[in-house]
Amino acid sequence: MCLGIPGRVIEITPDARHPYFTEGKIDFGGVVRAVCLAYVPEVEVGEYVIVHAGFAIARIDAEAARRIFDDLRQAGQLEELEAAGEGCP
Amino acid sequence: MKYLSEYRDPRAVRALSRAIAERTTRSWRVMEVCGGQTHTIVKHALDQLLPAQIELIHGPGCPVCVTPIEMIDKAVAAASRPGVVVCSFGDMLRVPGSRGDLLGARAAGGDVRMVYSPLDALALARRHPSRQVVFFAVGFETTAPANGMAVWQAARQGIENFSLLVSHVTVPAALAFLLSQPDHRIDAILAAGHVCTVMGLEEYYPLAARYERPIIATGFEALDILQGVLMAVEQLESGRREVENQYRRAVRPEGNPQARALVREVFEPTDRYWRGIGLIPGSGLRLRPAYARFDAEARLAFPGDSPREDETCLSGLVLQGKIKPPQCPAFGNPCTPERPLGAPMVSAEGACAAYFRYAHIPSNRTVFAGADE
Amino acid sequence: MIEPPPMTGPIAGEPPAAGQGLSCPVPRANYERISLGHGGGGRLTLDLIRRLFRPAFDNPALAEETDGARLNLDGAGIALSTDAYVVRPIFFPGGDIGRLAIHGTVNDLAACGARPRAVAAAFILEEGLPAEHLKRVVASMRSAASEAAAGLEIVCGDTKVIEHRSGGENASSAEPEPSGLMIVTTGLGERLLAPGPSPRRICPGDAILLTGPVGDHGAAVMAVREGIAFETPIVSDSRPLWSLVEALGREVDVHALRDPTRGGLATALNELASTSSTRFVIEESRIEVRPPVAALCEVLGLDPLYVACEGQMIVFVAADDAESALAALRRSGAPEAVRIGSVETAPRPEVILRTAYGALRPLDLLSGEQLPRIC
Repeated sequence: MCLGIPGRVIEITPDARHPYFTEGKIDFGGVVRAVCLAYVPEVEVGEYVIVHAGFAIARIDAEAARRIFDDLRQAGQLEELEAAGEGCP
Repeated sequence: MKYLSEYRDPRAVRALSRAIAERTTRSWRVMEVCGGQTHTIVKHALDQLLPAQIELIHGPGCPVCVTPIEMIDKAVAAASRPGVVVCSFGDMLRVPGSRGDLLGARAAGGDVRMVYSPLDALALARRHPSRQVVFFAVGFETTAPANGMAVWQAARQGIENFSLLVSHVTVPAALAFLLSQPDHRIDAILAAGHVCTVMGLEEYYPLAARYERPIIATGFEALDILQGVLMAVEQLESGRREVENQYRRAVRPEGNPQARALVREVFEPTDRYWRGIGLIPGSGLRLRPAYARFDAEARLAFPGDSPREDETCLSGLVLQGKIKPPQCPAFGNPCTPERPLGAPMVSAEGACAAYFRYAHIPSNRTVFAGADE
Repeated sequence: MIEPPPMTGPIAGEPPAAGQGLSCPVPRANYERISLGHGGGGRLTLDLIRRLFRPAFDNPALAEETDGARLNLDGAGIALSTDAYVVRPIFFPGGDIGRLAIHGTVNDLAACGARPRAVAAAFILEEGLPAEHLKRVVASMRSAASEAAAGLEIVCGDTKVIEHRSGGENASSAEPEPSGLMIVTTGLGERLLAPGPSPRRICPGDAILLTGPVGDHGAAVMAVREGIAFETPIVSDSRPLWSLVEALGREVDVHALRDPTRGGLATALNELASTSSTRFVIEESRIEVRPPVAALCEVLGLDPLYVACEGQMIVFVAADDAESALAALRRSGAPEAVRIGSVETAPRPEVILRTAYGALRPLDLLSGEQLPRIC
């Protein structure tokens, strides 16, 4: 049960009633949707989150995101990618 | 799209494919337990990028497939009641119960609406106070925080014409069940990345230790799945049996504390029946007494039916990875995606549907191993 | 079209004279909404035809006010096509149901290698439809027809009005306003390409070409339906393709053509493979999907290969003709035309996709409509 899409937070709207009502606008590659931000209380505009069923369920760790490619380079698997210099962070 | 496209890069995919081939010296069976991962594997034919010794098993990771038939029947029954609106994710609309599916209920005049979030259903309830809005709450732990929040917000705002038809299932109890079968042939498990995003890794350590199997929390893009497989193979080849995290950009060992807190507030563990498998104790969630008034089963009082599954359907054995779909006597005839006997043939993520579409495609395993591009 | 009743009194706008027997008691000159009376065949219908449809579609055939249009064709072979259009919403970025209704039928004729010559249009209107919407749609059809081919006109038609019905397809967005406007267009064309395209002329070895990116139309409509905002709105790719086909036909022998609409590229390819009993091998990396369309499909859990197009053509030519066919397409309005695959012999008809990673997998028909997935 897993379709979670990464998107960038472009707006945060807190709610006076309770932090659980915090909403935000997320940009998914050009598609903008309203999302409940109750589960990422520390997220800031400009960060990326994973969204599932209308809720942000995680902030994306950019450093960890890059590491998969670092791991591959270290293991010598990605020399051609380095040479190409495109497509991978 | 950022954080999506990079994880689909063909050169990185082929690099991982080569790495797996280099590392594999024996046959290994790796089970994934997530419909989303099944989808990626089937869509990109990732199994063809693996050496022949690696077998990918599709486990019961598709909540659509494991939702008990009587829950579908209750959803269908609710839809036919005047004044009731049943809201559901798209995946559930075509799964057959014993008397048809939700799309059929709509065709017969029932009010069935597809939503992308349980909050859409709650908003509908707020807009139409005279209707009873029932949200079909199916899914693993990934979706429980969303569904739970809808109930929490309903309670907080006094929206009483909203209820959940709850059929939540949880992964660790199901994994324990599978791994405790004496005849299971699972060597390693790819754990569902978004389930782990919510719940973290701590429930998997006892499983890895007790059943001595590597468990890798894995993401959903081609790169993620191949790296997950690589990590599993590396453990298996070196005799390690640990929990590891492939999906580090989204999974923290402690999961999402706010989400876990809300789920604990609204839900409690319960026994659940998995379609095709049977009762797995402690493998589900139900609403806590404080929120019981939002339980559609209590509110709408369904008759206590015990529908029988079609006995020719062997989906239970498929879901447990014990047989492959083509080994089921009903496979392809009479059971097809247009006339399914069970859920794995309906859902696009279901193992049977995946095999049905695959069956006659010539294997193309030579695409990676040693072949230069 | 109806025969005008004998007129002894005033037309709509003035009180009925005694004995005129109107079913609707109050004909009004300036109505805002379509009412059941407009479909009754009486004065209101006549009024609608003369004040709304006729001025928009103005042409000699319509002016004759006969039941059918009399046309002269120059002894060429004929192509005939019909389609029903029920899209909701009726207005979307890049077009409306009227434009779609003309383009769709024009393109079906073009796929037969036929130049569209005349269109008949039947309208089914929902009671309460704002007349302004109908006017816009009708004007749109007029301009779409003249864009599609010189001299193409809507030469006859019919109008019915039905009662208001609530709900929509999935009714996920509230639709309090009656907006029902459905159109059936039937197009007549003269076949100019010889020997002319047909799925049965597809043969092993043929090159499979595609005129441009897929999924724009379905994504545009879905975005409006779901109320999804975009930085740059997705625009439907609905456009007429006869001039493209004509230009292509002058350069090469076109074996087959198909414009993928409902069900998208994958569905059209499957239908053709089945009719021609061949296997298609399609290169996934050659199929273009515009980034906003791809993003929408990701967000909604849809596969763009099954999302509707309305302005693309799949082209089958002999392998040796592929280069000149592509050149002709690219300079005639399809600059993004590309070869996407090849036709092979096979024991059974099927469509195979070679993924971006080089593996092969089937590209099947869906069982029903594609449903957004969350799993």
